[in-house]
Amino acid sequence: MVANSAVQKNPISNSSEWDFDLIQKYDREIGLLAKEFGLDTYPNQIEVISSEQMMDAYSSVGMPVGYHHWSFGKQFITIESNYQRGFMGLAYEIVINSNPCIAYLMEENTITMQALVIAHACYGHNSFFKNNYLFRSWTDASSIIDYLIFAKNYISKCEERYGVKQVELLLDSCHALMNYGVDRYKRPYPISALEEERRQKEREEYRQQQLNDLWRTIPKTNASEKEAYNARFPKDPQENILYFVEKNAPLLENWQRELVRIVRKLAQYFYPQRQTQVMNEGWATFWHYTLLTELYQRGKLTDGFMLEFLQSHTGVIYQPEFNSPHFNGINPYALGFGMFMDLRRICENPSDEDRIWFPEIAGSNWKETLQFAMRDFKDESFILQFLSPKLMREMKLFCIADDDHEKEIQVRVIHNEPGYQELRTKLAAQYNLSNTEPNIQIFSADTRGDRALTLHHTQHQRRPLGPNTDEVLRHLHRLWGFDVHLYSLDGNKVTTSYHCPERRVSIEGEDESMLVPKPL
Amino acid sequence: MSYIVDRRLNGKKKSTINRQRFLSRYRAHIKKAVSESMSARSITDVNKGEKISIPSRDLSEPTFSHGRGGYLEQVFPGNQDFVVGDRIPRPKQGKGDRGDGGGASDSGSGMDEFVFQISQEEFLDFMFEGLHLPNLVKRHLSDNREYQIIRAGISNEGNPGQLNVIRSMRAANARRIAFASGRLQKIKALREDLAEEESKDQTLRDQRKLLLLREQLDALQSQMKKTPFLDKFDLKYNLLTRYPRPLSRAVMFCIMDVSGSMNQATKDMAKRFFLLLYLFLKRNYEYTEVIFIRHHTSAKDVDEEEFFYSRETGGTIVSSALKLMRKIIQDRFPSNDWNIYVAQASDGDNWNDDSSTCHNILINEIMPKVQYYSYVEITPRDHQALWDEYKHVEKTFPDNFAMEQIIDVQDIYPVFRNLFSKKVTV
Repeated sequence: MVANSAVQKNPISNSSEWDFDLIQKYDREIGLLAKEFGLDTYPNQIEVISSEQMMDAYSSVGMPVGYHHWSFGKQFITIESNYQRGFMGLAYEIVINSNPCIAYLMEENTITMQALVIAHACYGHNSFFKNNYLFRSWTDASSIIDYLIFAKNYISKCEERYGVKQVELLLDSCHALMNYGVDRYKRPYPISALEEERRQKEREEYRQQQLNDLWRTIPKTNASEKEAYNARFPKDPQENILYFVEKNAPLLENWQRELVRIVRKLAQYFYPQRQTQVMNEGWATFWHYTLLTELYQRGKLTDGFMLEFLQSHTGVIYQPEFNSPHFNGINPYALGFGMFMDLRRICENPSDEDRIWFPEIAGSNWKETLQFAMRDFKDESFILQFLSPKLMREMKLFCIADDDHEKEIQVRVIHNEPGYQELRTKLAAQYNLSNTEPNIQIFSADTRGDRALTLHHTQHQRRPLGPNTDEVLRHLHRLWGFDVHLYSLDGNKVTTSYHCPERRVSIEGEDESMLVPKPL
Repeated sequence: MSYIVDRRLNGKKKSTINRQRFLSRYRAHIKKAVSESMSARSITDVNKGEKISIPSRDLSEPTFSHGRGGYLEQVFPGNQDFVVGDRIPRPKQGKGDRGDGGGASDSGSGMDEFVFQISQEEFLDFMFEGLHLPNLVKRHLSDNREYQIIRAGISNEGNPGQLNVIRSMRAANARRIAFASGRLQKIKALREDLAEEESKDQTLRDQRKLLLLREQLDALQSQMKKTPFLDKFDLKYNLLTRYPRPLSRAVMFCIMDVSGSMNQATKDMAKRFFLLLYLFLKRNYEYTEVIFIRHHTSAKDVDEEEFFYSRETGGTIVSSALKLMRKIIQDRFPSNDWNIYVAQASDGDNWNDDSSTCHNILINEIMPKVQYYSYVEITPRDHQALWDEYKHVEKTFPDNFAMEQIIDVQDIYPVFRNLFSKKVTV
């Protein structure tokens, strides 16, 4: 960074202490600058909290209101003990995709960190939430808090009526299938909490009616009905397992269906975040860096501020190499930040290579190009589209192929001319949730026979299911109430099958019985 | 547009319920860990918090994931000297696992134990769960010790903090009505007269009478205005009185043998036992007095510090302690006021002919007065005369007398639980 010595120094503050006026001042400066750069944001609600409250927020996935469940307690205990023993610092920030956008500042932090968080969360993440197509079309920022309140109240009402234990068992099972409670292609319509409550009543009445139809056992006579009778149900495989359970599980009571629905809705709300981690963090990191550097160059920040800022900034974007003991996968902050910085460079300062690889954007207006990249992509497509050979060289990316038919693993591609294209594809595929999560769909429910539910796992490159599969199946069995079968398919060949109840005798200790899902 | 909100004063313990849910879900695990740690702990930190570890497989939240195998490609940063086609031996599983299988299962597969800390309060909760002091029955109005503050109606005097606004306003209202009613009637009459006078033709009006009427009316109205809205004697106060509360009082006698036959290890175990007991009492019964009696050939009433930590040796005469206890009970704890509990620890040694004396004192004088008597014998050896005599006492008072043997440090906690586990009283 080059400090422009000609600029008159007029720093906003000189010490590392903060107070509310100062936060307001920094927020105003950063906000003005963000506007200058064309960032479009929701209004911000900046909340100053203590570290304990941060731990609370942390353990409820950042949600300001959450229903009660032991798994959040477990999460809290983990964080608390790690924090107290100094194994881990707390996150500097949590930001919630809501309107207004809620961001937490921790009271222990210095003003530098507060400013960093404001730039990062209140302008970076905020504009991402508001503009990225996934968030725009899949989540409704204005109604999420209302919905959370509805969910919390509904669940605690259920706890009063049906018992904490019953609710907990059900939530356990729903959580196990949470990742399979999302519509990947159909867009849900956001509705308000009030509306939600009204509809919930309606649904209750309607559902029972439908179910009775589905599970009717009176024989049919005419031919076309007979055909329908023998048809597979559901007609097409269903990817949204929780949705299918909510609508069709034979034995669930209405409140149980509603709980399934709540978990499903939350899963849907978080789904875009899971698909845009690199972009989201990269975007926010790019902007805190750009905004604060610009402020510094305009003489608004002191050198000391800048040094402290750079220290945490470099910590955030540090990418250990594959053989380092600190290596824990690719750091989404590093990759995302690198890509957005690189994009800006390609726009402002393109090399010949860039002109060949990115003919449309090389030399274009960087602000517009970055906005475009942020708006209309998710991690997978973003990498596929914008990862440049230069960045691949800088990060020294290489791809390893591990084939269980071979004795050794093999270096497949490295960062060289013939490899760039493939390397980029491979990296993008790594962020494709449908590759990383096993593709499991509901194939059929035996509506006329033993009511068994059959699922198919379509293997991706022969990858089998993990060791938890049986346990998840028990959870599904608890929800469905009848036998559940899961077949793992390689092409048309069944390689493994899982059944619940299991077909062999299992011995379980008495103590464990509560931990092993049983039908409700 | 940004709003800055200070939330630091909001509730901090949002996660408390979730934490409690977690603890109760893993109650069995935590109890096991607590009772294991009880036997391993040293005396001084018996009432600290505890680190609990639970096998993480028991608290997994399973989801569908990929297992090992199949064909997997992964991109890594930081290539040093690999070129395309290099073959590398598959890295071993576990720590430093890089080359394979990472993609889907990188969520803490290396952790075997889930370790966390519970507070002292929680630790004691788990430790004493399901235990109680048996037969805590007598309630007594004690000598000015404990009062309950209760409402006792309304008074005209009191401090401003106790002001009863509704009653004060009601009184004020009543007073205003009472003061005003006579005047209001007069005003009404005057107005009627005035109206009558004014309805007359201009020339017929009696100007003097009119003036007089107006003056009277004004005077009355100004008097009305002077009636205060709220007067000092309207104020009513909530009256609170102190009401003596019946208390259940218990006194616990801890009797320990510190004679020469008790070696350091035995004493240590006895101390542990009493310490457990002491914690238990302090915790469960606020109004429990504890009397410590240590004895060898003669008994002495000592304070806690001395009971546990001072050193003395000598022969053993158990009855000396019983006699001292009898005296203390007589002097200070009349048995109709107090619930009396006794816990005695000894290695079973006693002066030859003393055991029968003990038996007699117990049967005739002590047992009828006490609620519960527990005796622990800390010895790996065979029992002696004292044990047999006590056995007889147990037969005579099966509900109020319990005895157990402790051989090893590990036994203390289970024995303690045995002695004080909740019994269904008929």
